[in-house]
Amino acid sequence: MSNATATPTATAPVETIRIKVDSRDVDVPKMLPNWQGRLEPTTMLQAVQIAGGEVPHYCYHPKLPVAGNCRMCLIEFGTPMMGPDRKPVLNPDGTPKIARSVLPYEPSTPRGAIACATPISAGMELYPSSPATRQMREAVLESLLINHPLDCTICDQAGECKLQEYSVEHGQSASRFVEAKVHKPKAVNLGPRIVLDDERCILCTRCIRFSKDIAGDDALGIVNRGSYNTIAAWKEGAFDNNYTLNTVDLCPVGALTSRDFRFKMRVWFLKETKSVCTSCATGCNITIGSREGVVHRYEPRENDAVNGPWMCDTGRLNYRWIGSEARLREVWVGNKASTWDEANREVRIRLSKAAPGSVAIIASARQTTEELYLLKKLATRLGAITDSIAREGDPDTLLVSADRNPNANGARLTGIAFTEMGIQIPKIASGIASGAIKTLIVFGEDVTQHGIGVDLLGRLETLIVSDILPSQTTQAAHVLLPGCAHAEKRGTFVNAKGRLQKFMKAVEAPGDARPEWEFLHDWVHAVSGRNGFSSIEGLFNQMAREIPAFEGIEWGRVGDLGVTAKI
Amino acid sequence: MTKVVERKPLSALERTYLPSVVSGLQVTWKHFKKTLLEGKPVTMEYPEERWVVPDGYRGAPYLVKDQDNNTKCVSCQLCEFVCPPKAIKITPPGPDGQKADRTNAEKMPEDFEINMLRCIFCGFCQEVCPEEAIFLQRDYSLTGGSREEMVYHKDKLLQLGGVHAGAQKWKHKLEEAKEQEEFPVAKI
Repeated sequence: MSNATATPTATAPVETIRIKVDSRDVDVPKMLPNWQGRLEPTTMLQAVQIAGGEVPHYCYHPKLPVAGNCRMCLIEFGTPMMGPDRKPVLNPDGTPKIARSVLPYEPSTPRGAIACATPISAGMELYPSSPATRQMREAVLESLLINHPLDCTICDQAGECKLQEYSVEHGQSASRFVEAKVHKPKAVNLGPRIVLDDERCILCTRCIRFSKDIAGDDALGIVNRGSYNTIAAWKEGAFDNNYTLNTVDLCPVGALTSRDFRFKMRVWFLKETKSVCTSCATGCNITIGSREGVVHRYEPRENDAVNGPWMCDTGRLNYRWIGSEARLREVWVGNKASTWDEANREVRIRLSKAAPGSVAIIASARQTTEELYLLKKLATRLGAITDSIAREGDPDTLLVSADRNPNANGARLTGIAFTEMGIQIPKIASGIASGAIKTLIVFGEDVTQHGIGVDLLGRLETLIVSDILPSQTTQAAHVLLPGCAHAEKRGTFVNAKGRLQKFMKAVEAPGDARPEWEFLHDWVHAVSGRNGFSSIEGLFNQMAREIPAFEGIEWGRVGDLGVTAKI
Repeated sequence: MTKVVERKPLSALERTYLPSVVSGLQVTWKHFKKTLLEGKPVTMEYPEERWVVPDGYRGAPYLVKDQDNNTKCVSCQLCEFVCPPKAIKITPPGPDGQKADRTNAEKMPEDFEINMLRCIFCGFCQEVCPEEAIFLQRDYSLTGGSREEMVYHKDKLLQLGGVHAGAQKWKHKLEEAKEQEEFPVAKI
């Protein structure tokens, strides 16, 4: 992203201005990065935030152009008074006299300024919690609620709605509006993934600014005048770019809602787990919303080093497979359901019999770095040839990467795959055909789709497969081990730019499925005779010590936003 | 502070226990007279005859319908959230679920379960309900042959709950919208 790199350098001294926020002196930088990362004069809203306060707002968003139309961030302020000689007027005690901003024709009435778009100046005083500011907020909120349908009971935004939150702080318990409300279209088909309720809209235009300036698709606008103002797409259902669902997150009220999440679960029931999207090598940071073992939605989690506050619709909606009915739940040895103990024993016996050079391992670049590291350890011990499957697609200019594997760089760094991923697959195929390779270990890939057909799999003496969903490869397996989706275990991915990011467990795995690193750890222990670590933290730290690119990184220091590996 | 209750020693007459026997017999005789001669028994022939509970009694919570026979519940799940013993479980309709009875209410539960074995009849669900869709009613004797039978589902709850005529805000909104001179953009 363009704004990810443009943070001001720490070396240049930052020029600051001294202002007063609620009669407290605060030094704030004169300039701050705007939504594009370019330096612009600091606004009142940013200054209050730096002072530790908060100015309620709807239309302002740090990553969108400033529009200043909701008026919620109005605050009272004052500037140093100037005499006719252009010198500051002083109080008897020597402090500069402050002129509070008032209406020119009505000097007893304070005149507020919208904090999101008004730059600060030296000596300015801001009063974000003065009675006049509070009154302005209450009046603005009351006017925003005039035509609001107050249908929180059926609104998907309830629980994460700014209108609800500010109503608690600045609202009134009863409406003074006795006239009939203006009724606007409801459940409008704005696009294939977006439902719009025009009655709930407060016309902040965040969605319009996002789709025009961030997604580059000028599909939305406002039609009609006055209280008939209505958000609309240029044609019904035409709001269909790959970033539309970000407007659902942006919408401060319940006007734009996700068709996928519509009426599915109230948000206050959702457990939020920090995770990473697996749909491409960008590795957008996400929050998984789950309840009672069911994943209900993904939401982007802000990380300026990776995805900013956005994510693509494809990645966001790619979660249903986690709760699929078809998931592998049982351990199979031969043709019958078995137990983990028996399967691990079988694997140990088969691998100990395998001659060096007769084993191949096809891992998946969708696996965690820790699992790939353990597989590489196993491969070294067995003298096995390893590779992974490349997955390509069309990139876009915002987030989507051409590499559709979430951990291709993890596979490269652990030594599972070469820079050109999949280059070894034909060699493995010919090795199986010639009989040189007798044992194949496959993790998370359907190799029958990638040049190793069912006939070749039939020639193997041993085929050990671990996967999440059934495929032709899992059907041919001699030992089949049910694995976990990323939402069911912990681990790390290395994205296309070398950002090492960890993800947490959101839900329990179905049936007997176990995280791959747990049983891989058992196998490595069995063939190498050395015990490693039985926790993901220990395993990661061991891996970080052995792989040069991860030098100096520890699990505890990776943090929620990840660290950059040296690739 | 401890209070010492003084226990007087029994008198000679009291130690014969005759006064107590007599006063006991007086009570028995009073009820005998009331039941047999005046026809006013103090007990009931319970399963056949049932006690009529007073107003405000907190019996089993049931779902109610409005005067137009529409489901009032809109599946907001506040009762599920507030329920202290977690007796309520609502299955929301989801994006492709059944349409609500009242068109502009948009939403109603696909299933609504109350586990009557878990329910403590506290009335929080009735208190929190923004739609006046659930009420603690007069049923106090709930029986069933199995645990599953004691989990009441939506249809049963609606059938037992009956009708509660109240303010019909969704209908009112629809009428208000219809009265409005036609909206400039019909539907984009």
